[in-house]
Amino acid sequence: MDKVIHGQVVIRGQAQGTALVSREPLSFWGGYDWKTGEIIDRRHPLSGSVAASRILVVPFTRGSSTTTAVLLEAIRAGTAPAAILTTEADFFFALASVVADELYAKPFPLIALSADDFNSLQTGDQLIIADDGAITVQQ
Amino acid sequence: MPFTLSSRDQAMLNGKHGLATKMAMSILVRMAEVADATTLLDITGAHIDSTIYIGDAGLEFAERLASLGAKVAVPTTLNVSGLDEHHWQEWAVPPDWAHQAQRQMVAYQSMGAVPTWTCAPYQTDMKPTFGQQIAWGESNAIVFANSVIGARTERYPDLFDVCCAITGRAPAIGLHLTENRAGQVLLQLVDVPMAVQESEEFYPILGHVIGKVAGDRIPVVHGLAASPDEDRLKALGAASASSGAVALFHIVGVTPEAPTLDAAFQGRAPIETIEVTMEVLRKARAELTHAEGEGLDMVVLGSPHFSLAEFKQLAPLVAGKRKHPTVKFLVTSSRAMAMLAKQAGVLEPLQDFGGQLTVDTCILATPMLPPEIKYLMTNSAKFAYYSPGLLNKQITFGSLADCVRSAAAGRIVRDESLWNG
Repeated sequence: MDKVIHGQVVIRGQAQGTALVSREPLSFWGGYDWKTGEIIDRRHPLSGSVAASRILVVPFTRGSSTTTAVLLEAIRAGTAPAAILTTEADFFFALASVVADELYAKPFPLIALSADDFNSLQTGDQLIIADDGAITVQQ
Repeated sequence: MPFTLSSRDQAMLNGKHGLATKMAMSILVRMAEVADATTLLDITGAHIDSTIYIGDAGLEFAERLASLGAKVAVPTTLNVSGLDEHHWQEWAVPPDWAHQAQRQMVAYQSMGAVPTWTCAPYQTDMKPTFGQQIAWGESNAIVFANSVIGARTERYPDLFDVCCAITGRAPAIGLHLTENRAGQVLLQLVDVPMAVQESEEFYPILGHVIGKVAGDRIPVVHGLAASPDEDRLKALGAASASSGAVALFHIVGVTPEAPTLDAAFQGRAPIETIEVTMEVLRKARAELTHAEGEGLDMVVLGSPHFSLAEFKQLAPLVAGKRKHPTVKFLVTSSRAMAMLAKQAGVLEPLQDFGGQLTVDTCILATPMLPPEIKYLMTNSAKFAYYSPGLLNKQITFGSLADCVRSAAAGRIVRDESLWNG
């Protein structure tokens, strides 16, 4: 059954795709192969999954300050997630979207969810994200 | 509260200070709004991590700013680049990569930043001072500046640090503000023997624990009886900013904003208290080793970049010995630190041992290691954390002495005496 959840719009935009969900934070540097979109942090539960064109759901970024630069490469290469959902307004993800907008006019939507909404999402859910931050979830 | 810009900020945003400043200020303002800032503040120093060549998007960003005439407005250091500019040909770096990485170095240098090419800018002449407002990139540098020096920077990502450097401004948020620097999570050391606390290995292991427990919260370590030097705190910070998103830690009685437990928490109560026992430390030590067996192709030291003091510790360990012919032994550092080590006579023992030195970059930032190198060993929790994913190499964590001993033996040899039990 469909449900609709509302998050805080950090970067506005529309997207749809299959959710790829982890409760563990992720560093893109050493964690994301921008040439393929594969998650390569071998200690991360999503290791081996491909996030390209999917909607990545992780609480926040971990560690390296190079996460933004790796995500920007992925956007240029077409291997980035279609959107990212987090539990807080993640500065590192947001910056990648803002710079992608400045350089390539290609921002991606970024939405911060409440803990309950975040925890309700599962890998494989079909998500449709609207401009106003409304997320339709088909589970 | 609404977001307000000064008239000077507004002029930068309108392009009155040039197109590069306009672009930098535009990014700064959009991000300040994301971060819920009400205003920007002046900074008096910056450290740019965007120097690392990842791919052509980062290069295009740097060259766009440079071509628009970008100049830094405050004293600015540069992080490691994607290239040891003068020695990359000795390694497996592809020439086309080298070409692009060098273009990126040129772009940032053209902005008037000091070409320090180091991830340890806090061990240069441009080290910030207590209370100074700065905008730094590079996770290990950020956590050191905030925690060990008491300078103030948010955890700024690549691409943003340079926008702050060009405008001389940063959002008035997070760790720039006193009230956000209070401890949140208490890590209480319980029955950790003094011999362990005085070992070099303890600090990266504790840092790994801190990062995992704290996530992006501010940890406070209580119960440390030893007096760690700057390099041990550097190793701890780098570890905590790898396994977690730690940008500031306090150690009661050691770091400048934590003369007492109460001061570290600014009088508030911890959100959570965690006991750090030998069992916790043993588990963390085991996690830092990703390899199985005794195989060893290369020892890698210097993440963060080796300091003069570390070269001085290494010299007597390698003196009079020779590494095993099948094992490489590499130290990464900055040009300036390598020069100081040479002048102090502590590079020679490393060379006589058969060790090599790489400057400007590190193994994680440049594709220097050939594919036949499969098994690494390090005393750096940061190398240990990132090597499996970034380099697809197996890695073993050990002390500096373990690393030297293993390089000489041609296989992994670790002293377990502190950790048995």
